[in-house]
Amino acid sequence: MVKKKKSPAPDAIRIGLFVTCLADLFRPSVAFAAVKLLENAGCIVEVPETQTCCGQPAYNSGDEAGAKALARNVVSAFESFEYVIAPSGSCAAMIRVHYPELLKDDPQFGARAVDLADKTYELISFLTGTLGVRGVDMKLDARATYHDSCSGMRELGIKAQPRTLLASIDGLELRELTDPNACCGFGGAFSVKYPDISGKIVSVKTKDIGDTGAKLLLGSDLGCLMNIAGRLKREGSDVEVRHVAEVLAGELAAPPIGEGD
Amino acid sequence: MLAGTGNFTENTRKALEDAALQKALGNVKRGFIAKRAKARAALPEFETLRDEAKEIKIHTLAHMDLYLARYEAQVKRAGGQVHWARDSGQARRIIAGICKAAGAKSVTKGKSMITEEIGLNRYLQAQGYEVVETDLGEYLIQIRGETPSHIIAPAVHLNKEQVETDFRSHHKNLPPERPLSKVSDLVNEARQVLREKFVNADVGITGANFLIAETGQSVIVTNEGNGDLTQTLPRVHIVAASLEKVVPTLEDASTLIRILARSATGQDISTYTTFTSGPKREQDLDGPEEFHVVLLDNGRSGLPGGEFEDMLRCIRCGACLNHCPVYQSVGGHAYGSVYPGPMGSVLTPLLQGVSEARHLPHACTLCGRCEAVCPVRIPLPAMLRRWRMRDFAKKPPLAKAKLGLKLWVFLARHPALYRLITTPVIKILALTGGRKGRICALPFGGAWTDQRDLPAPQGTSFMARWRKGERP
Repeated sequence: MVKKKKSPAPDAIRIGLFVTCLADLFRPSVAFAAVKLLENAGCIVEVPETQTCCGQPAYNSGDEAGAKALARNVVSAFESFEYVIAPSGSCAAMIRVHYPELLKDDPQFGARAVDLADKTYELISFLTGTLGVRGVDMKLDARATYHDSCSGMRELGIKAQPRTLLASIDGLELRELTDPNACCGFGGAFSVKYPDISGKIVSVKTKDIGDTGAKLLLGSDLGCLMNIAGRLKREGSDVEVRHVAEVLAGELAAPPIGEGD
Repeated sequence: MLAGTGNFTENTRKALEDAALQKALGNVKRGFIAKRAKARAALPEFETLRDEAKEIKIHTLAHMDLYLARYEAQVKRAGGQVHWARDSGQARRIIAGICKAAGAKSVTKGKSMITEEIGLNRYLQAQGYEVVETDLGEYLIQIRGETPSHIIAPAVHLNKEQVETDFRSHHKNLPPERPLSKVSDLVNEARQVLREKFVNADVGITGANFLIAETGQSVIVTNEGNGDLTQTLPRVHIVAASLEKVVPTLEDASTLIRILARSATGQDISTYTTFTSGPKREQDLDGPEEFHVVLLDNGRSGLPGGEFEDMLRCIRCGACLNHCPVYQSVGGHAYGSVYPGPMGSVLTPLLQGVSEARHLPHACTLCGRCEAVCPVRIPLPAMLRRWRMRDFAKKPPLAKAKLGLKLWVFLARHPALYRLITTPVIKILALTGGRKGRICALPFGGAWTDQRDLPAPQGTSFMARWRKGERP
C-alpha cells in the first residue's frame, strides 16, 4: 500500500519540479511518480511552464553558447523555488555541478547560477537526504537489479540512496550487477554518433543484467534506461525496465519502458 | 596495421568485428580493473596518496623550469649529459647522433612511450641500426610490425596463440617440435632470443617514469628486468623522457611510485624499480661509459597556464584506459594515435594537432570513470569537453550534427514553439510504436535503431497533461 497523500502543512517546502525533457516527452509517468513521492513527503510541487531542456546535450557537444542560453532560461524559471528537483541524476548534475562553471563569467547570472545549484537535487537523493525519507509503504513481488547512471553516481554521489528506499519495499529482492560502475554506452549524442561502440557497450550491460537473473531493471536516468531497454527488447529479453521513482511511488499503470499494453 | 587517427570510425568498426581482439580485450577488464580495486581496498591511505600525488605534480609544474635546471645540473655533476629536444625530429636526430658517435651497430630498448611518440625505431632502422625492443610486449608487437595498443601493456590486444604463431614464423632457430602452448614457454623463448641481444648491444635506450631534480636520478619501473639489462650492459645509456617527468625530491618520487603500480597493475610496487644516477663511476664494476638524457618538449612547455595544463600531471599508469568503456570495446589501435584512451584523446590533439585527432574527444560517453580512477585526479571529461567546444566553434555552420543541435537549442529556448513542434512528434512516435510500445526502425533514426529499439513515448507530454489538471 502506498501512503495517503498528506495535505501540505503551511510551512511545507515549495518545490519546482524540473521535469526533464525525456520524462516530459517520452515518459510522463516518471514525472507523475516524482510529484507523488514529493507530495507524500509533505512538499508542495509546482511545475514552471517555461521549462524545456537543461542544456546538457549542447554542453556535452561543445555548444557553449547554446548551453549558456538554456542555463539562463532554467535559472530564471526556477530561482524562486526553495528547492529544484529533477528525476534524473544527469540533469540535476548539469544544474548543480556545471551551471556555476558555465555561467561564472556572466555578470547577470553567475551568482544566481550558484544559488540555483545549491538548491537543486536529484529526486531520490533529495528524498533520503534533505527530507529524511527512510522507506516507502509498498509491496512488490519482484527480483530487480539496479543501474547506477554515471553522472548521478560520480557527480552527485548517488549510490546508496535508491537502494535504501528499494530495501523498504516488501517483496522486492535486489540483485547487484557484477560491474555496477560501468557505463551503459548511452552518453547522449554519443549513442548516435558512434552507434557501433555504443551498441557494444550496452550489450555488455544487458549481459550483466541477464546474468543476475533479475526480471526488472531499475535506474534513475531515462536516457540510460531507454538505451538499455531498447537493447534488451532488441535482444528479445523479457526483463522489464522502469524508472525507480515509478516503483517507489507505486505508479505502475503505464507499461514498462519499451513495452506496450 | 595502424590506420591514421582520421579513420576512427572505420578503425572501430573493424575492431568490433575482430574476434581475437575482442577476446583479448576481455582480459583488460577482468585483469586490470579487479586488481586495481583490490590494491585500493588494501591501502587505507590510497585516496590521500592520490591527493598528495596531485599536489606534488601541481607544485612541480608551477616551477618546472627550476626543477629541470636542478635536474640537469645534478646529471652533469654525475658525469652525464642532458640534451634538450624541442620536437620529435630534434629528439630523433640527437639520439641518432649519440649512436653514431658511439660507433654503434646494435641498440636495445626498454619500454618507452616517448620513443613511440617521436617515432624513433623506424628512424634508427633506416640509418642501419639494429633496434630491438626488450619488453616482452614491445618485442611481440615489434616482430608483428605493430604499435603499442596500451601505454603499459603494449601487446594487450594479442592472445597467446597469436604469439606462438609469430614466434614460429620469426624465430629461425626455433625447433618446430618445441612446445609453445603455455605462457611460460613463450616467455622462455623470448628470453633466449633477447639474452643475446642484451649482451651484444652497443647502446641501450630506456624511458623514465620519473626524473628526480634533487638527486639527478631517473627512475624506471618494470616487471621483467629488461630495463635494467638494457641500461647497464651496453657502453652507452640514453634516457628518453619528456619534460613533465621531473619531480622535486626522492621523497616525492616515492609517493608517486606508491600510487603508480597500484593504479596500473594493482601491484603494491612493480617487480623492478630502478634508480639510475649516471655513467659508471671509477669504483663501479659495471655500467655504461656514457650516460645521456634526451628531454623532449614537443609542445609541453606551452601547456602550463592554459586549459590543458592538468594533462601534464599524467604519470602514464593506464588506469583511465583500463576503465574506459570505449577503450574496452575497441582497444588502443582504433584511436590511431600513440596514446589511446581518455588520456590519449586529450593529449593527441595537443601533440598531433586538432585536425588529425578531431574524432577522439567526441568518442567518449563522458561517464567519468577515468577521472574517478586517475591517480593524480586529472579532470579528463572536462578537458574532453573543452576540446569539443573548440571543435564546435570551428565546425562549418551547416554541418549536420551542428545544425541538429542548433535546432534543438533554438526550440528549447522558445517553450511555446518547443511544445508546438514536439507535441505532434511524440504523438506520431507513440502511434508508430503502437501496441508494442517500441520502434524497431526509423527513417532518420538509423543510428539509434541499428543497435536498439526506440522505446515509444507515452503519447502526450507531461506538461500538457499537467496543464489539463491531471495529478498523480
